[in-house]
Amino acid sequence: MRSLIKTISGWGNYPAYPCRLFRAERLREQKEILATPNESFIARGLGRAYGDAALNADHGVVLQERFDRYLSFDAATGTLECEAGVSFDDLLRTFVPRGFFPPVTPGTKFISVGGALAADVHGKNHHRDGSFSKAVESFRLMLASGEVVECARNANSELFWATVGGMGLTGIITTVRFRLSRVPSSRILVRYEKTRGLEETLSRFTSTDEQYGNSVCWLDTMASGEKLGRGVMMLGNFATPTELTGAKETHEIEFSKKITVPFFLPEFTLNAATVGLFNKAYYSLFSNGCSKLKSIDQYFYPLDSINHWNRGYGKSGFLQFQAVWPKESSQEALKKTLQEIQKSGANAFLAVLKTMGEKSEGLLSFPMPGHTLALDIPYRGKNTEQLAQRLNSLTLDFGGRVYLAKDAFLTKEQTQKMYPYFDKFLQVKRKYDPNGRFASSLSKRVGLQ
Amino acid sequence: MNHVIIVGATSGMGQALARAFAAEKKNLFLFGRDMKSLEAMASDVAIRYGVTAQAIPFEATDFKAHAALFNDELLSQTLGAVLCQGYLNDNAASRVDYDEWKTTLDVNFTSVVSCLTPLANYFEKRKSGFLCVVGSVAGVRGRQSNYVYGSAKAAVTTFLEGLRHRLFKAGVPVTEIRPGFVDTSMTFGMPGLFLVATPEKVAGDILKGIEKKQAVKYTPFFWWGILTIIRCLPRFLFHRSKL
Repeated sequence: MRSLIKTISGWGNYPAYPCRLFRAERLREQKEILATPNESFIARGLGRAYGDAALNADHGVVLQERFDRYLSFDAATGTLECEAGVSFDDLLRTFVPRGFFPPVTPGTKFISVGGALAADVHGKNHHRDGSFSKAVESFRLMLASGEVVECARNANSELFWATVGGMGLTGIITTVRFRLSRVPSSRILVRYEKTRGLEETLSRFTSTDEQYGNSVCWLDTMASGEKLGRGVMMLGNFATPTELTGAKETHEIEFSKKITVPFFLPEFTLNAATVGLFNKAYYSLFSNGCSKLKSIDQYFYPLDSINHWNRGYGKSGFLQFQAVWPKESSQEALKKTLQEIQKSGANAFLAVLKTMGEKSEGLLSFPMPGHTLALDIPYRGKNTEQLAQRLNSLTLDFGGRVYLAKDAFLTKEQTQKMYPYFDKFLQVKRKYDPNGRFASSLSKRVGLQ
Repeated sequence: MNHVIIVGATSGMGQALARAFAAEKKNLFLFGRDMKSLEAMASDVAIRYGVTAQAIPFEATDFKAHAALFNDELLSQTLGAVLCQGYLNDNAASRVDYDEWKTTLDVNFTSVVSCLTPLANYFEKRKSGFLCVVGSVAGVRGRQSNYVYGSAKAAVTTFLEGLRHRLFKAGVPVTEIRPGFVDTSMTFGMPGLFLVATPEKVAGDILKGIEKKQAVKYTPFFWWGILTIIRCLPRFLFHRSKL
């Protein structure tokens, strides 16, 4: 199979490495690719992991974008089987008009189903519905030998739990069978609540989690002192047909108008003044306690309406830091983390906080009960790397963990401490991939090989 | 009678074509080698567009089998056919390797003749149908870099010219598509590509060409201009080029 050497990066545009790209269109071609001698591989879906999870510096990256077919769908149960390259955007276009929604969705719809499984993604409904794997019945995995095995909770279960959240390191996920959720309409009734500080933010989560299927809090990263951790809670439930006003069809899908960032913006675009101004303006945009009907795009994917928004951080890219801490320590951890970022003058931006429910059984799955914070930090060389290191060790100090799908700086020691089943995962991986044919820049950095 | 035949359906272009026809509520007969891929395509268009699609095993170089595949029963349900089987050879290997140049001619030209023969006879008798073959801009002028592939595609051009002439009376349009570089596994990773089109764009153009009963259609359209220039280059310049 022909390959193409190209420098690619994750969504954060940092780091970027030359990789050897392969792309199959037919199933037999994928097998031929894996037979390439002296090469290692990582599957890549739509490249929305932020760091180096879907990179393999100087080695093989197998693009999955052409495997985007639906294989079976049962409208009575919502069970869908599809190839791993199907995007969530495609799922929405096809199934929202039929009254179904992905069981779990992260903040972008431009991800693949295979990627969702490999990162065991979570969304605004994690406190109620868990992570993506919870809705997965089975999947097929192409092993290093080219053999395709079916994995489920009761068949090859060891491989099932290593692959769920396993960052593509056990093989290439070829098809996934999972349940879509039935939704009463294509609109979300969103209640906005402004909070005045961290303690109030966390207690609002506790008091609203029962009532709302979806919740997230946008945080003002520049607020300090008493106001530290203030934000806007966005609490949503899918609207019932009687709650719909003005919308013509119950399941009509409405897309946000798209604008594009045409080129990398200069790096001074995001400075203390502009980030501060944005945060203040955004905070005052909402009036406390108001409710609004929002489209799926508006509520779940606000950033997707800006094509290439990642270019806004300039050519050097950015780091998305996301960590989760157990409930007992999360308030203190959040306070320290936000303060650390403010002290560094890193102009972090677009911070979101949410509660997480039950943990997933995936050996390397990220979610655990507690609070998770995600925010973007423009990459500005050494200073950013040092800040990332401080944030990572802070996370460890409070018993938390960093999300591998976003990370670019964790060390092996840190990862091993954060993920209690690290060694168990390696055992399974080595059993099914004894020659280490599946590897990524991430796996080499954090010792998952 | 609401089926369209796609031969070489698992190719990047074939897959895009299948979705484009299915979006217009056409049922499909999908011919190809990789049955797993064909079956995946069939279920995909059924779920997306509610059409029925049937996967049929097809070996391009098994010429004698083709007449039985395109039988009267199948053709009685068929509106028309698009042929997009293809084999892009290694031109250097073709100088020394019998199988390499032979396969190039067999897949790109001989198999087109062997498929079109039963199809044309049936549509001519019925006085309805359409035929469309994916040729290539490579057939317009023989160039040192891929003249074996190019000559097979040029032969297709002449064959279709004659067939078009013959079927004119029966009212069966014959369309030749000449795509430039298309982003499929045939070209992925090839050096020196430019102005690469997506298979979806090309599939859309193919449907338009069929609908308008065009004889020859370049896709994307600007390849007509590029090829006109290449065709008109005087030999003393052409021979010094690396085209």
